[in-house]
Amino acid sequence: MQIELHKAIRELLDTAEYIKDIKGQDFWGIGDLWNRIYEIYANFYDYPLEELKNYYETFKREIEQILLKAEQTLTPYEIVKIVRHPQRFTLLDILENVYDNYVELGGEGELNIDPAIICAKALLSRRVGDEIYFHQVMVIGHEKGHGEEFRRGGSATPWGNEKALRYMKMAETEGIPIHFFIFTPGAYPIEDYPGAAQQIARNLYYLSKIEVPTISFISEGGSGGAEAIGLTDFRLMAEKGYYSVISPEGAAAIEAKIPDGRPPRELIEKMAKALKLTAEDNLKLGTIDKIIPEPPLGARRKDFDFFKRLKFELIKATDQVVLQTRSMKLLRRYALSKQTTESFKYFVNWELSEDEKEILLENRWQKYRSMTQWAVLEPKSLIKSITQRSAKITQSIAYEFKYQVLKKGQKTFKKFLDELLSESSVLMKPVSDPVKSVYNLIVGKKIRPKVRALAEIDVESSVYQSPLALQDKTVTCPQADKYGCPDIWVPDLYGEFCGVCPTCGYHFPLEYNWYLNNIFDRDSVKFFNQELSSSNPLNFEGYAEKLKQARKETGLNSALLSFEAKIGGISLVAIMLVADFRQGTVGVAEGEKFIRAIELAKLTRRPFLSLVHTTGGIRIHEGTLGVVQMPRCTMAVRDYVDSGGLYIVVYDNNSYAGPVASFLGSAPYQFALKSTRLGFAGPRVILETTGQPVPPDYHSVENALKRGHIQGIWDRRELRKRLFFALLTMGGPNLYYR
Amino acid sequence: MKIDFNELTQRLQTLKANPYKIYPVTTPHTGKIVEFKVKEGMKVTGPTGKWLEKPGTPLFILEREKNLKVIRSIYNGIVENIRIELLNKFVEAQETILEIKHTLTQEEIISEILLSTLFVIKAPETARYILNPEIAKKIEKEGLGKVIVKEGTELLIMTFMKRETPIYLTEKGTFVLYRIYFKPFEIVQSNAPLIGLCPVEDLPYLERLIQKIKDEWPT
Repeated sequence: MQIELHKAIRELLDTAEYIKDIKGQDFWGIGDLWNRIYEIYANFYDYPLEELKNYYETFKREIEQILLKAEQTLTPYEIVKIVRHPQRFTLLDILENVYDNYVELGGEGELNIDPAIICAKALLSRRVGDEIYFHQVMVIGHEKGHGEEFRRGGSATPWGNEKALRYMKMAETEGIPIHFFIFTPGAYPIEDYPGAAQQIARNLYYLSKIEVPTISFISEGGSGGAEAIGLTDFRLMAEKGYYSVISPEGAAAIEAKIPDGRPPRELIEKMAKALKLTAEDNLKLGTIDKIIPEPPLGARRKDFDFFKRLKFELIKATDQVVLQTRSMKLLRRYALSKQTTESFKYFVNWELSEDEKEILLENRWQKYRSMTQWAVLEPKSLIKSITQRSAKITQSIAYEFKYQVLKKGQKTFKKFLDELLSESSVLMKPVSDPVKSVYNLIVGKKIRPKVRALAEIDVESSVYQSPLALQDKTVTCPQADKYGCPDIWVPDLYGEFCGVCPTCGYHFPLEYNWYLNNIFDRDSVKFFNQELSSSNPLNFEGYAEKLKQARKETGLNSALLSFEAKIGGISLVAIMLVADFRQGTVGVAEGEKFIRAIELAKLTRRPFLSLVHTTGGIRIHEGTLGVVQMPRCTMAVRDYVDSGGLYIVVYDNNSYAGPVASFLGSAPYQFALKSTRLGFAGPRVILETTGQPVPPDYHSVENALKRGHIQGIWDRRELRKRLFFALLTMGGPNLYYR
Repeated sequence: MKIDFNELTQRLQTLKANPYKIYPVTTPHTGKIVEFKVKEGMKVTGPTGKWLEKPGTPLFILEREKNLKVIRSIYNGIVENIRIELLNKFVEAQETILEIKHTLTQEEIISEILLSTLFVIKAPETARYILNPEIAKKIEKEGLGKVIVKEGTELLIMTFMKRETPIYLTEKGTFVLYRIYFKPFEIVQSNAPLIGLCPVEDLPYLERLIQKIKDEWPT
């Protein structure tokens, strides 16, 4: 009896400490209450039992009251604190309490490929009446640990994400659903092989067409790290969880423009509010599907009721995803809505047939395609939308006919003809050879050119002059100390030399118009979807003005240009991320434009080119609406590549974060111009996260090539030629019209 | 091969009277000096940081064709003989604008003395080098400055693309292996010093000399 009471008081003490950590020392005298409880707890055996019981009852009442008050006044930043608290439940607690049995894969504890990522094969039981059924599932998620340093707070390394991918593939082979648990402040931003950005892109690319039901549960969703295992059919979120594009501290540091020092506390709290990172906000924004309620001030390790609820919701969510692929779903859907937490009324087999897998993929694509579309600002008129839609339908029919019916027939016929001709040439050779040699002897051998040029491309004689070239002065190459480059006269540099140092090949940055005018055939660039524009969906303070200013300065509506163009007569669809507009960051409008462009390329069977002038990542002012552009665009890329398209990415200047970790990084062919800097996080973020400074050439294109991020380094002076030959040789008729 | 003691003592004396090295800073090309960033007697530093990524102190600005070029220090030291009168004047290429007086440290003096007194074997080619395993074993056992080698001893093995070439001692006499300047299996540029040998009979004197420098010079 005494021991139990001792334990109960200990728990009260923990709760008091928890409230103190979240709400601060002064919240309704919690600091004082903690001291009083500690006094009793420390001198427990000095008091008689009856007195202790009385104390316990009073303390319990007081704590419950304070908990209620704390719950009512909870701010977004306090939610962030709850999520990071060592007393909060972690994935291992879920594995213990929600699943019936589990086997950890890829290591346990410190002996692990990556202790921040846990993969486990688990059994999940479902009670139907008196019967108990077991489901096999793959559980993959981040493990924050209760204060263990080696878990790095759930930051997955690149090889940790690779481990996750490996077990996803295994689950797909076995045909069992995957439950993802997201408890990460963000990916560990190091570039060691396989590379932070690259691996996230690979995971997204694979997840977009994985043929098993996938469910994710978000407690701490930190941007790219969360997305690496977050592209799923159903997204659950804990009531006291957060899902955000950047940590409030990071956002405050950017907003206050103090890259080094710590931003003030008030600004961090303001950012937490402005980023709209709570579960409720995310449900409103449509980035998650359902909220799982938690006890006041969040569930902790021993909230068994919460785990029970979580188990029920996980089974229900998986059922829902599976049933959506089945034909007889109405009745069971009705039954599903009437389900109670105690027991289920029926059993659903989670294995999918081939047809159902197709429906699953279609459902997933539709889900992400329609996500965040409401936030795009698009001037609409009824007539225009009708004409556009009808044009799209006729276009689609025409292209289907052209490529599916005509081209296929033509291809088969050509193949047959080729076969026939080569057969007959073998057959005729013994007969024709002697005749030929006699003929040659008499007439003299006709010399035929043996090698024929594949194609030729003219270098556009420059008609476009960069405004940078108008200054009459010289500049010093930044690598002059190393290579002894002489000074370069500016009109030469930005004119004839294409912004490249003729001595060492250093690439000076150029404005985006240069590419539009010098890479593509003259007057072939035709923009579309230009009216699509970034809006301010979160009502982020000051963002509307910033957008307005960017629009005024550049004359653009978003940071992404989408256009049709030609290179040496080869028609293609291209996008370009432009540095001038908010540092080429990606928001809702940019994502939507990208998807529409790549859909057009797919429809018209043309190659697709992403030219990256500069990208600074996902725009923080659009919160999670920006983050979900990563899975959305990657799905579109996967769809396009699977249908036989050729997708090429060319990087220039600086490319970092979200876009590189999704729709750019998932491209099969990526090239970079010399002097490009390429990576996941900048040097400052790496230093802050890992505590280790990185060498100055850490993000250089040479190192990116060594890590296998890109396929080659190109020179800007021959970019047009390189692209032309890439399109010709890597694409060719076989690829686009497969 | 003998060490010239007289010359050595003389050199040490001059070094002691004037323990500095003067590095002249010259203009890389013609131009006008727009601004001096330093004053006479100011302390300047060369590039710093783990990868020497932080540039040195800016010294002056040279302008040619509207291109302002900041000339930075690549040595640590003190600015001297600064030619203030050249401000806003046109200067020729390779003209000395100022000097940086660098105080030699104890280690720098020792290594300089050793490089000039020891019999140094230089790398004949850009390749990887390792010590002859027998000598390496002896050094591990007895330490540097104890192992004696004679003419014709195989000292080093040069390895390049898996092709191995032995390097023999060609000098007459007996020597002590005194210094090793390279790390095994790392690429050594051609003509960089590999090992330093000291004639056996001169060893006591050299050791005394180094001890003297260590005692007399501030660290």
